[in-house]
Amino acid sequence: MGRFLHRRGWLTPYALLTPGMGWLLVFFVVPMYYLGKMSLEQGLFPLFSFGWAWGNFSDAVSAYQTQFVRSLQYAGIATAIALAISYPLAYWIAFRGGRWKNLFLLLVIAPFFVTYLIRTLAWETILSDNGVVVTFLHNIHVLGSNGRLLATSAAVIAGITYNFLPFMVLPLYVSLEQVDPRLIEASSDLYANRAVSFLRITLPLSLPGVFAGVLLTFIPAMGDFINAQLLGTPRQYMIGNVIQSQFLSLRDYPTAAALSFVLMGGILVLVLIFARALGTDRLTAGAAA
Amino acid sequence: MSDRYSRAGFLRRAAAGGSVLTVPGLLAACGGGGKAGTTTAAAVAKTLPKTIVFSNWPLYIDVNKAKQHPSINQFEAKYHTNIRYIEDINDNDTFFGKIEGPLSQGQSIGRDLIVLTDYSGLPGRMVQLGWLEKIDKSAVPNIANLQPAQQHPAWDPNRDYSLPWQSGMTGIGYDPKKVGHEITSIDELLTSPKLKGKVTFLTEFADSIGLVMLANGDDPSKVTKASFERALKRLQKAVDSGQIRQFTGNDYAPLLAKGDIWACAAWSGDMVQLQADHPGLKWVLPKAGGIVWTDNMLIPKGGNAYAASVVMNWFYRPQIAAEVEDYVNYICPVVGAAKALEKNDPAVAKNTLIFPTKEMLANAHQFDITAVNNQKYKQAFQHLIGA
Repeated sequence: MGRFLHRRGWLTPYALLTPGMGWLLVFFVVPMYYLGKMSLEQGLFPLFSFGWAWGNFSDAVSAYQTQFVRSLQYAGIATAIALAISYPLAYWIAFRGGRWKNLFLLLVIAPFFVTYLIRTLAWETILSDNGVVVTFLHNIHVLGSNGRLLATSAAVIAGITYNFLPFMVLPLYVSLEQVDPRLIEASSDLYANRAVSFLRITLPLSLPGVFAGVLLTFIPAMGDFINAQLLGTPRQYMIGNVIQSQFLSLRDYPTAAALSFVLMGGILVLVLIFARALGTDRLTAGAAA
Repeated sequence: MSDRYSRAGFLRRAAAGGSVLTVPGLLAACGGGGKAGTTTAAAVAKTLPKTIVFSNWPLYIDVNKAKQHPSINQFEAKYHTNIRYIEDINDNDTFFGKIEGPLSQGQSIGRDLIVLTDYSGLPGRMVQLGWLEKIDKSAVPNIANLQPAQQHPAWDPNRDYSLPWQSGMTGIGYDPKKVGHEITSIDELLTSPKLKGKVTFLTEFADSIGLVMLANGDDPSKVTKASFERALKRLQKAVDSGQIRQFTGNDYAPLLAKGDIWACAAWSGDMVQLQADHPGLKWVLPKAGGIVWTDNMLIPKGGNAYAASVVMNWFYRPQIAAEVEDYVNYICPVVGAAKALEKNDPAVAKNTLIFPTKEMLANAHQFDITAVNNQKYKQAFQHLIGA
């Protein structure tokens, strides 16, 4: 094999691509094909038959519009909050972390050595009606005596924000780390104050990190269902909860498949709009860096 | 709704690679590994295999201090074989989702015994689909110990395919200290302003709809469109007003223990176990009536029917059933188990949640399985519970 590749050098890149492409083919393309086919089937479990049933899509969207919109809102708000929390944090670690940088990064990731489910269940306890947080908020009169945190939209959004925070922090850190301090020095030599330096130098250079962080947070948040299930009520359920119940409880595979496709398509469109808004040239520059 | 599926049509779909959601299904569809051949266990000689695989729900069998199951150990010693006892069934629908792929391809799921609940509609459906092996009744003389009330369920009138493992009742679990008085009706859960946001119901269709139907004075064993809609509407109102906080599986237990909820639709046996640590909590059968359900041992296609039948027979010995019951605390289907328990653990033998009185049983209703398998009803209910 080695000698074979050596003689035909042009084959090497393809050989290197094979494992990845093979993986994608078997575990992404083929399932996508069947999921797509399933989304156009009709009938009742277990006798579905193919029939170009495009109605599945419109039915699914009109029946679960609320959950789609809600997922969009929750994921959007959670991503915005995660960005607001992570940017200063990543900035501080990148520019002021000094030799402790790695330790701080480890601290960011440390909670994630515990599984997702356990962390969310921990929030259920933290936000419990008789827990410390709620009692404290009652005492300082932020929450009314009947108020609660668990089983509210706030709890679900907080849960999502928390669970995906590292996916925002890490790419931001990487892009901020790469900002050349000499550029900032140069800008202050040119009489830019700190705010201007930040807006003209640091922020634009960190945009690829923002882009990656937003995608890595927003996309899984859109499809999440654990947070809504454990920290919310039926009035907080997201599209992920619907897809789960369509697949496992109702066994209406065509509707579930159609919903999955609408979700994927919707996310894809949003990502494209977002990429356009941030400027593709910057992003490819980021990718090259 | 017509629930009859022809086996031919069914296999056609399987051959077309219809169930894509499982890896075996996928591989078979790719023309790859999946073996299409159906193994029939019918012709197997009447000797026990080296290992019998038994899938059950968690905390559903006796456990000793060494974390072993004495009832199973005794079986293994007597019959010189092994039982691989797996606690991997947490939810009827989810477990069914897991085994549906291979079974629809005519493949074995590597288990000789599984346990599913009658009111999930799934055992009845598996009978219709031909996904179950018949019990080898010659190996189950102890079937004579089956409680008379359990002998002829509509979905398996002669118990050809199923034997009850345990039953349970669905009623109201609550914390009298928080509520301040006794609760006896579902109406209170649905409307009391004091309980607003402190109430949960169950994600099981039959439990939640059934309890509300009884509260409405309707008969849950014969669901009609009108009675279903009445129940659904009432639940919807309580969800919209924030009265009902969540729909749960067993996870209402920690919520009730922590005080996040004060009252909920709850299963009898769970409450017996919960009361061990929280003696203040109560479980009642609502005055208007509760729901009774049964978990059934089934032999999935490809399982060893003879071996599974021998295991069933074992657990229908009153002495063994009593050992299991002493730990499990649900309702025992085996006649004579109570008597056997009286000697060893009279407290359990007298607990009416485990050995209910006649009045209780008369007020515990079965749920209409055709309604559970009605896709329209189920869809409406899933919509109600938020998904």
